[in-house]
Amino acid sequence: MAVFSSAPRSFQEIILRLQSYWAEQGCAILQPYDMEVGAGTFHPATTLRSLGSKAWAAAYVQPSRRPTDGRYGENPNRLQHYYQYQVIIKPSPPNMQDLYLGSLAAIGIDASLHDIRFVEDDWESPTLGAWGLGWEVWCDGMEVSQFTYFQQVGGHDCKPVSGELTYGLERLAMYVLGAEHVMDMPFNAPDAPIPLTYGDIFRQTEEEYSRHNFDGADTAQLLRHFEDAEAECQRLLDAPPLDPKTGKTIIMAHPAYDQTIKASHLFNLLDARGVISVTERQAYIGRVRALAKKCADAFRLTDAGKDAEVAL
Amino acid sequence: MADLLIELFSEEIPARMQARAREDLKTLITNGLVEAGLTYASAGAFSTPRRLTLAVEGLSAQSSPTREERKGPATTAPDAAIEGFLRATGLTKDQLDIRDDKKGQTYFAVITKPGRPAATIIAEVLESTIRSFPWPKSMRWGAGTLRWVRPLHTILCLLSDEAGAEVVPVSVDGIASGNITRGHRFLAPDPFAVTGFDDYAAKLKRAYVVLDSAEREAAIWQGAQNLAFAAGMEAVEDRALLTEVAGLVEWPTPLMGRIDDSFLHLPPEVLQTSMREHQKFFSARNPKTGRIEGFITVANTQPADGGAVILKGNQKVLTARLSDARFFWENDLRVAKAGMGEWLDALDTVTFHNKLGSQRARIDRIAALAREIAGVVGADAEVAEKAARLAKADLRSSMVGEFPELQGVMGRYYALAAGEDEAVANAARDHYSPLGPNDAVPTEPVSAAVALADKIDTLTGFWAIDEKPTGSKDPFALRRAALGVIRLVLGNRVRTNLTTGALRFAADLIGPIENSFADVNDLLSFFHDRLKVFLKDQGIRPDIIEACLAMPNNDDLTLLVKRAEALAAFLKTEDGTNLLQGAKRAANILAQAEAKDGVEYSFGADIKFAETDSERALFAALDTAQAKIAPAMQAEDFAAAMSAMAALRAPIDAFFTDVQVNADSEILRRNRLNLLHRIRALCAGVADFSKLEG
Repeated sequence: MAVFSSAPRSFQEIILRLQSYWAEQGCAILQPYDMEVGAGTFHPATTLRSLGSKAWAAAYVQPSRRPTDGRYGENPNRLQHYYQYQVIIKPSPPNMQDLYLGSLAAIGIDASLHDIRFVEDDWESPTLGAWGLGWEVWCDGMEVSQFTYFQQVGGHDCKPVSGELTYGLERLAMYVLGAEHVMDMPFNAPDAPIPLTYGDIFRQTEEEYSRHNFDGADTAQLLRHFEDAEAECQRLLDAPPLDPKTGKTIIMAHPAYDQTIKASHLFNLLDARGVISVTERQAYIGRVRALAKKCADAFRLTDAGKDAEVAL
Repeated sequence: MADLLIELFSEEIPARMQARAREDLKTLITNGLVEAGLTYASAGAFSTPRRLTLAVEGLSAQSSPTREERKGPATTAPDAAIEGFLRATGLTKDQLDIRDDKKGQTYFAVITKPGRPAATIIAEVLESTIRSFPWPKSMRWGAGTLRWVRPLHTILCLLSDEAGAEVVPVSVDGIASGNITRGHRFLAPDPFAVTGFDDYAAKLKRAYVVLDSAEREAAIWQGAQNLAFAAGMEAVEDRALLTEVAGLVEWPTPLMGRIDDSFLHLPPEVLQTSMREHQKFFSARNPKTGRIEGFITVANTQPADGGAVILKGNQKVLTARLSDARFFWENDLRVAKAGMGEWLDALDTVTFHNKLGSQRARIDRIAALAREIAGVVGADAEVAEKAARLAKADLRSSMVGEFPELQGVMGRYYALAAGEDEAVANAARDHYSPLGPNDAVPTEPVSAAVALADKIDTLTGFWAIDEKPTGSKDPFALRRAALGVIRLVLGNRVRTNLTTGALRFAADLIGPIENSFADVNDLLSFFHDRLKVFLKDQGIRPDIIEACLAMPNNDDLTLLVKRAEALAAFLKTEDGTNLLQGAKRAANILAQAEAKDGVEYSFGADIKFAETDSERALFAALDTAQAKIAPAMQAEDFAAAMSAMAALRAPIDAFFTDVQVNADSEILRRNRLNLLHRIRALCAGVADFSKLEG
């Protein structure tokens, strides 16, 4: 394991240390998924790969968007666009907690000085039809990560169970770096030739997207796009598995799942625009969940998602 | 005799589940051991966030042998019957005894089981306990199939006696038992072996683990009080929080900090709730100012720097949390000062129940109902209506959105900010009461009016849509609402006829839903049922209530209870019980005669046909009693009426001793039956004695 003699000095250094720590633990270091998602869990590397019996270990940064959390860059710790660090290991190893604590040490959190606690917090994603048991991890009273043992995803039992870690990177980094306002946090090294703060990079975009999310987005168009994504997802899944061109069985689980992600984000935007009533809300969530379930069903029929043949 | 030590070491067990898990572990294991024929002297269960532990003392070394005899079919029975018996007993035909029985030659099976060593039994009981443990929520992990509350890592199972300690071999899904445990996650992570409970508890303590949650609670509370005292403050007691925090730490270290001055103007309930819910902090009050000014957090470690870093971190999180709370408070105050219209409008879009409309519609009904019933609780109708309109506005405030448990409490602050008077503000806070049996009943007239209106609207609403409680199912807490109405009525000595008054009015307000009105008489019987339960707890028998229910105005609960209390007191006296006997005897004789003769003997008895002194004395006594009872009943002075009835006891007893009712002379007989009717009628004017037991 890499030994860091000093505390990290910037946001990006924390990310780099997490990347190298989890790489050393044997995780495939993936790149962010190239779509708008609400959380790192939506990345197919987590949602879909947590299904089926094949072993899996991946870690990645995922830019995440929660349109309703926009505060025009003014709130010290609330953002509509932020980063999550996501780790998923299947089957969950017996020393998952120790591995996690190692990652905190790697970013400069010394367990002999801090109070680290695992506090009950069960995770549920109504849009993904997923749930698991675990904790929120507290460091000196602050939630620094979510730790979950997946029990079900897309309506399928997880066998084996994946262990999932989610770090809210801005909050964690603000704590480690001692920043009071997210925008003041150094993004690169403070003594770099061109030192950049988080605000230098994201203050303006937070403003722009806040306006967009709350007032700018065209709701009629969003509604149409939601319908389109839903229909497209269904259409892709309805296609016969046999691809006439190659003569192979090719189930389009991932392209269909992309449409689910799209529908989910469109729903979040509509929600932020305040055009979804309390009763409609449940119905929309149900529609996204239905798509997620169908994608999970389809993925379970593919090579990556099916159960290994049981040796007799 | 041997001692048993079991430890199930896992990842962090939710604090709220630990107390129940300790009990379950103890019950399941000890019951299993006893069922298998072992005996034990005592057992104690313990928990920390990472372990569930059971210590059993004085366990027998093996179970006693058992011998069971079972009678089978006759030797002449068909083969199928005999084969069935063999299957059931697990024996072969030549192992059966043949004995003479009433029915002739009969097979008998004698099944003997030798005593088994304790270790064998423990292994079986422990495995089945682990596999069937009743966690409220459990999970799988890794590639295994075992379920536990969180991943289970080690099983310690040790049986010890004078000769030494031995591991009881158990293996559950690849987790094999041993004599190894671990200390605190960070302070003493290395595994170590133990030889028995005392050794285990002592070594754990050296490894920074306090095993007993009661000891951790005591240490936390003592530490919190000391810290607060040293800072010139006092720790605010919170039992539930103390239990929870003790379930989050193995090595508690309380640390105290001050709340930044910029938050001290927030209501104390907000500070306390935010700190408790989000951070599990105890509050500290400054006795000089009466304000919450400090907090105590409990770390699960012995920090190298004495806790400075931990405290600083917690302080920072607190500042962020309280900034949110202050933001909510200031936002809410703005809306409140503008009259709360924004919230009331928003309640239009909040569904109360899909058949009963929005919260706003409900508030309109409650306001009209509060106005209607204001008079009976001595409140001003205008004020009661206004209070009801505002009482639920805080449900849309940001603060209550964040902390639902502050509903009502915030309502009071916001009503005051809106310039409403104390009575209206207090109604916002108090109209949910009484919530539980120990919750105080609102006594301020306006609060009582709104509280009654709120509950009566709920009840009539759900009656209208036929969503009544059944068996153990009461999803809308209607039993609690009915009990609330009962306690509000009785506690404030409210005199009102519910069916013709509030219930009727409320049912009309809701109107027909899918063509069906609330059946107020059915609702009244629901109140009567709840009243029986309530008064039973106060020592008044249900049959006494039943006897009083037959009387007029039984929808006036205060009157009903007054009558029942007087009757209960009367029946506790010797005169009362004897009179009851006499009255019942009179009623029985009458009932038989009336059944036989096909008439009701209510023609009035004539004293001129009285033959004996006892008979004449009863006439006189009835006249006297009647003269007293009627005005007493009129004045609702039930005690006076009962005592007048008590005077009838001796004449009635004497009458039954000296006089034969069914005399040969038909004239005498009828006159006597008509006289008995006077007893019956007099009693019936007080209560329905036929419903009384004894």
